Amino acid sequence: MKREQLMVPAAEFRSYYGRPVIKEPVWGVPDVPGYLFLGGLAGASSPLAAAAELTGRAELALAAKTAAAGAIGLSVVALVHDLGRPARFHHMLRVFKPTSPMSVGSWLLSAYGPAAGAAAASAITGLLPGLGRVATVAAAVTGPAVAAYTAALLSDTAVPAWHEAHRELPYLFVSSAATAAGGLGLVLVRPEQAQPARNLAMVGAAAELTAKSLLLQRLGEVAEPYQSGRAGRLMEAAEILTAGGLAAAAVGGRTRLVAAMAGAALVASSALTRFGIFYAGRASANDPKYTIRPQKERGKPAP
Amino acid sequence: MSVRTHAGAAFASGPADTAGGLDPAARSGYDGHPPRMGFFTDTSVCIGCKACEVACKEWNEVPEDGLELTGMSYDNTQSLGASTWRHVAFIEQIEQPGQARWLMASDVCKHCTEAGCLDVCPTGALLRTEFGTVVVQDDVCNGCGNCVAACPFGVIGRRETDGGAHKCTLCYDRIGDGLTPACAKACPTESIQFGPLDELRERAQARLETLHEAGTVEARLYGADHRDGIGGAGAFFLLLDEPEVYGLPPDPVVTTRDLPRMWRHVAAAAAALAAAALLSAAGRRP
Repeated sequence: MKREQLMVPAAEFRSYYGRPVIKEPVWGVPDVPGYLFLGGLAGASSPLAAAAELTGRAELALAAKTAAAGAIGLSVVALVHDLGRPARFHHMLRVFKPTSPMSVGSWLLSAYGPAAGAAAASAITGLLPGLGRVATVAAAVTGPAVAAYTAALLSDTAVPAWHEAHRELPYLFVSSAATAAGGLGLVLVRPEQAQPARNLAMVGAAAELTAKSLLLQRLGEVAEPYQSGRAGRLMEAAEILTAGGLAAAAVGGRTRLVAAMAGAALVASSALTRFGIFYAGRASANDPKYTIRPQKERGKPAP
Repeated sequence: MSVRTHAGAAFASGPADTAGGLDPAARSGYDGHPPRMGFFTDTSVCIGCKACEVACKEWNEVPEDGLELTGMSYDNTQSLGASTWRHVAFIEQIEQPGQARWLMASDVCKHCTEAGCLDVCPTGALLRTEFGTVVVQDDVCNGCGNCVAACPFGVIGRRETDGGAHKCTLCYDRIGDGLTPACAKACPTESIQFGPLDELRERAQARLETLHEAGTVEARLYGADHRDGIGGAGAFFLLLDEPEVYGLPPDPVVTTRDLPRMWRHVAAAAAALAAAALLSAAGRRP
């Protein structure tokens, strides 16, 4: 009979003084969301550069290669800076563990970073064109993996808003990467050469809007952190910029000024999306209801 | 239910599994290892003295991590973390005057059979010992913080002062010499019991039956079932209320069980990006 008195209505949930069950991720801002954005920008710029080179668009190829090398360089700085013990960054390469997205990512970056750097260096200086071509292909092959694996990095955690989104997040991340890379191409390159960038940006923006909407539909209550607070404001601003940039690129993408403005909006939207996703994860970790309620609703007896 | 149905990314196959679940030490390559050791924390006899917290700090030289009065009953420790490896929770339940209940429970790292922290650690700093426990090698850890985000119990933390991840070692340095871990040694009521996990599970089952027979129907074991979402805990509990009341997740599942599916989606997404980028230049030339 005492048990009955302790029962609470189903809509309520109990917790330990309202405290979170899991720890808030210690990953810092702007380091980690900045890395998600820059890694995506780089990873999508490299195959864009290869496509541009294949079709004789040297101006776009040079811009995309330079963007990729710059972005991935900054990424590595951000990642090392975020470590609790930055002097031990090389411990990432002690082992290779497929169970650890961070380990897989570290090895991917060690393959991709030098390739992107060599492709850009050769394109800028005109030296070693043969090596430049090999590096361009290598970066184009590994770049998409760099842009995509970060979704597993976030999802392979106990953070509800990230883990529960593990189906949609990879597609959202590569779409966001394509939006950023295409957008930057629109900013940097004349419209006569920028057609591939424009195509990639528009496909990326449309896919990003779709992936976001699918994610929010499927997550149920755990979608709330993406729609409220700081994360909600960032995601909303990102959506407006994505839609606006997409429309401007579609309508006026052949005019230099309009194309550049559309591109800038798309690059910004990609960055805002990554920060929004990052803050949504933090918020979901800090509120015990996102951990406790879905676990209760699985309907299994407690272990 | 088959044990293998629970095999996650890190546990695709392995030797020496028994009716009691996966054998984590054997799966980590220890041949002829000692029995799996663990904790059974029987919260029904905890008196909230916090001797476990103090003994742990003393033996392991865990630094002070803040003095704060919380108003949460007698709990000013608040939670497990990089510098708190035992945490005594206090729950005051006052249904009506004269019907108050005071729950106390000493929480600790669960030393999961399928340990998310260990799975995601990119440096190999987190490792499985021959006793089946999970420890951090401080000289290897580079403070990446991935384990902190992966733990479904909020146990492991990154210490501000040295940048590294820290948690309970189940007194690896003591049990290797046949000693009892500091917290269990200091516990005056045997609320914290240390021993081979098989024995502890039997003892816990007997204790549970005794309590049920005595009318304490709300008693339940937590983390004792190897079919749960972490393959069973090396440190498990007897609780007198729902797990979340003590700050424990009601049905934790190690995140890496979904990792194979995540990698498939990542691969598909990467391929789609490569295709989109290449196709972007197709069609009419300028």
